[in-house]
Amino acid sequence: MSNNMKMRAQFKGGLVEVKVLMSHPMETGRKKDDFGQLIPAHFVQLVTATLNGKTVLEGQWGTGIAKNPYLTFRLKGAKVGDIVAVTWLDNRGTSATQDIAVTAA
Amino acid sequence: MHRRNFLKLILGATTALLLEPLNALAALWNKPAFDTTKIKEATQLLGIHDEMISTDIQIIAPDRAENGAVVQVEIKSNLANTDAIYILVEKNPTPLIAHFVFSTDTEPSLVTRIKMAETSDIKVVVKAGAQFFTRSKNVIVLENGCG
Repeated sequence: MSNNMKMRAQFKGGLVEVKVLMSHPMETGRKKDDFGQLIPAHFVQLVTATLNGKTVLEGQWGTGIAKNPYLTFRLKGAKVGDIVAVTWLDNRGTSATQDIAVTAA
Repeated sequence: MHRRNFLKLILGATTALLLEPLNALAALWNKPAFDTTKIKEATQLLGIHDEMISTDIQIIAPDRAENGAVVQVEIKSNLANTDAIYILVEKNPTPLIAHFVFSTDTEPSLVTRIKMAETSDIKVVVKAGAQFFTRSKNVIVLENGCG
């Protein structure tokens, strides 16, 4: 599984809009495979976003977030060149972090 | 300062930085609230009480979703001092979907994609200061998305 995230952080209308697309199966633990076996739960539980190292958003997720989670959030007081980082941690202890510099729209 | 102490300090600080945020967060995950099959129990376990219906919460979601596996939801709170947004789907096997906490540098709005098992209300709860507010939006689901 690739832990890569697709990220974009754009300054527009006085705000920085951050879009994140994560790569994760988000298995509920209730689905069966082709052989009738339950697929174990495998999902992102915690998400944090930072702006220049300072936490700006924290999320706790259950299995109800769709596969390959998508998230948009907007930051006040951020500017072009600032660094936005997103980290996730799943129920198996796997985590991924990615950062991106804010660009002009 | 002795060099050994200094090194210890640096090492300690680095380890703390690397390990503590994740461990501290893992302990934070509200397992009982996410595991419960009843929406009332989920809100109680989250400490939500006396939530008032508010039109200052905007929920943009489709009226009808072809596929419940991916339902895009946009939520915006116009309530002052919004510090948390909770998303629940009443008729999902486990109703609590997500819980977001915002810093003062973050607009209390977000877009995400959720799963819906069947036609249901999406219930959004906003915590603003010590008060709770709520608004719901019904989505008709044509194809089950919870598997």
